[in-house]
Amino acid sequence: MSALPSLFDLSRVPPVDQVGIEERAAGLARRSIKKEAKRAGILLAMSMLDLTTLEGKDSEGKVRQLCRKAIRPLPGDPTVPHVAAICVYPNFVAIAKDALAGSGVKVASVATGFPAGQVPLPVKLDDTRRAVSAGADEIDMVIDRGAFLSGEYDRVTDEILAVKEACGAAHLKVILETGELETYDNVRRASDLAMAAGADFIKTSTGKVTPAATPPVVLVMLEAIRDHYLATGRRVGMKPAGGIKTSKQALHLLVLVKETLGDAWLTPDLFRIGASTLANDLLMQLAKESTGRYQNEDYFTKD
Amino acid sequence: MATEIDERAERKTATSRSEAERPRIEFGTAWEYSPAPEAADIVSIEKRETLFINGRFVPARSGRVFETINPATEEVLSEVAEGGAADIDAAVRAAEEAHRKRWSKLKPAERGKYLYRIARLMQEKSRELAVLETINGGKPIKESRDVDVPLAIAHFFYHAGWADKLEYAFPRHRVSSIGVCGQIIPWNFPLLMAAWKIAPALAAGNTVVLKPAETTPLTSLALARICQEADLPPGVVNIVPGAGETGAQLVNHPRVRKVAFTGSTEVGKLIQRAIAGTGKRLSLELGGKAANIVFEDAAIDQAVEGIVNGIYFNQGHVCCAGSRLLVQESVAERVIQKLKLRIETLRVGDPMDKNTDVGAINSRMQLDKIRELVACGVEEGALLHQSSCALPAKGFFFPPTFFSEVAQSHRIAREEIFGPVLAVMTFRTPDEAVEKANNIPYGLSAGVWTDKGSKIFQITSKMRAGVVWANTFNKFDPASPFGGYKESGFGREGGMHGLRAYVELS
Repeated sequence: MSALPSLFDLSRVPPVDQVGIEERAAGLARRSIKKEAKRAGILLAMSMLDLTTLEGKDSEGKVRQLCRKAIRPLPGDPTVPHVAAICVYPNFVAIAKDALAGSGVKVASVATGFPAGQVPLPVKLDDTRRAVSAGADEIDMVIDRGAFLSGEYDRVTDEILAVKEACGAAHLKVILETGELETYDNVRRASDLAMAAGADFIKTSTGKVTPAATPPVVLVMLEAIRDHYLATGRRVGMKPAGGIKTSKQALHLLVLVKETLGDAWLTPDLFRIGASTLANDLLMQLAKESTGRYQNEDYFTKD
Repeated sequence: MATEIDERAERKTATSRSEAERPRIEFGTAWEYSPAPEAADIVSIEKRETLFINGRFVPARSGRVFETINPATEEVLSEVAEGGAADIDAAVRAAEEAHRKRWSKLKPAERGKYLYRIARLMQEKSRELAVLETINGGKPIKESRDVDVPLAIAHFFYHAGWADKLEYAFPRHRVSSIGVCGQIIPWNFPLLMAAWKIAPALAAGNTVVLKPAETTPLTSLALARICQEADLPPGVVNIVPGAGETGAQLVNHPRVRKVAFTGSTEVGKLIQRAIAGTGKRLSLELGGKAANIVFEDAAIDQAVEGIVNGIYFNQGHVCCAGSRLLVQESVAERVIQKLKLRIETLRVGDPMDKNTDVGAINSRMQLDKIRELVACGVEEGALLHQSSCALPAKGFFFPPTFFSEVAQSHRIAREEIFGPVLAVMTFRTPDEAVEKANNIPYGLSAGVWTDKGSKIFQITSKMRAGVVWANTFNKFDPASPFGGYKESGFGREGGMHGLRAYVELS
């Protein structure tokens, strides 16, 4: 593979100015989202949710409960849409697939030695293939940050290519783990690299490292997606994940998408939010919009 | 001639054809923001506003009034007393007496206390001030709330601190005040310009007669009320609204010791001529046609944000606006493509809506001037790009606009348009960029965009402009001096350099 010209051309990656990108993200955070826009935004965010459980103590029971929540987030109210996907470890793919059968909710599985990715490539590929054969519609892989930070861009690219091949028909989301990349220049570089290697989605974080999906990091990635689309015509999706807990944060993310990528990306096909506790805050805010009052958290089921 | 036009038309269709095949980003209606209007009823505007002379609100001696409107709706807000020669005379005499008997005698620390008090009262009323500024001037509430009002307050706080420390600002000098300052301010930042003028003058022990612009007198009068509430001694601050004639009477009054003017270069020249030989001191902050220079190694997306901020902030009614874009040829196409996309997301409309990015043009007269110069740009052969946004039916609005294929010799590249209109030109080498940037009679501000630190220093040191921003634009701070080279004026406002204009040193 190394005989081929590199897919990723470092010289074409533009620099990112830290002060400028943070100012722009902060400026968009001041958009006032009220009334109908808020209601519509909350429902949209719900439909884009990758409802996630990625813990050592995950069990079949926990996953099945979460799947029920994914299908009908607000019991008794079918106007609240089902979430986009359930995101689990490979061990629970078959269970989730079974629990979600016919619901339209997809099954996403983390793979490739999540979250650190510090396992040999054959193990990563095997991990991926097993998840896919168990029924995963989407694979969330992690990049080798060690290799990236030591400048081995071709190695990172080749790994993504190999995992993409192992995915077959399943969609591939590439997790950059931006908290470990540290600089916006690195985030941009990794985004361009992952898209050049064929990522269907690029994703900020595993949720195991902070900072995770900060607004400026999301904006850098959205701008990379926009430039990739304008240059190639291919629409790559975006998934911020990690630390997104409130409706306000979710609406802010939608503002970033709306004003950077426009209408085409305001769909679960191209934008996802990875979160474990966001769903209930969306429901609470939704109830507040219709009743004018905040309700006790015990009115909303945890799972 | 005919072939030339044909060629141009052909080229234009060629571009549009290839554009149709290109991937496009649509900013449509998939998820729309609901209206988010700021409440206007928190301010009450008097049906008749008067002059503020010697601590009291009084009608004009002549009884003359003029109407002030909301440029976003064209509705009349108030009838404002128009100061004439007798009113200016009364105001200047009141200011002179206040200077002689009270203000210059006051302990400097006590002067500082008054300024702190004004600043705190402004803070308490910041929401009202922001709403009033937007209603009367047309700028987006987002800007008056987040920029104009906080900066105006910061200027009072900053200068309050200087009041009792003047000898540290000018070591080895005896520092004294000048006397009555006649100050004339423009309509683009009414409250902020009033603060820039009044705060340093008062801190240094002077008294002032200030004439706000004809179209935007309301926040200056609100500031007069704050001075009254702060128990500022009568006559220390006098506010006399009016038009050019009122301003001329103020400039020519024999007891005015110093004139400070912010406005057009044309009027600035008239003022300089008028006071020549009178011994009056003068500072002028005039027009500009700033170059924003984007190098190929710049962070392009952030540069585009800076370009947008530079020209569309406050509808381009900014004397230091980055109204000329000089972009390196190797990245020109990319920058123009991104700029075209970006102006589509600017939200133009009701200035009171918290999500509005570009508000109303300040007056019909200004709108006509912008239209005329844009028509001229088209006629001269530059390529027009405009946001496709819908404009409100009433009020004065103009869409975010830029021209590519502009030549240095075009009028739109030479004259100050003072509207949301940018002229884009290209360059090949750093030397060419500097030469083009400086090749203009103005010299107020400039911007340089590059990721290379050494280039920033190399280029900025060659710019003949009072303020040069690197990798940012339109950043203001009371501690940072602001002012022009060449026909953009002289004297500085802000910082220690700004204080110099309001003290007598011996």
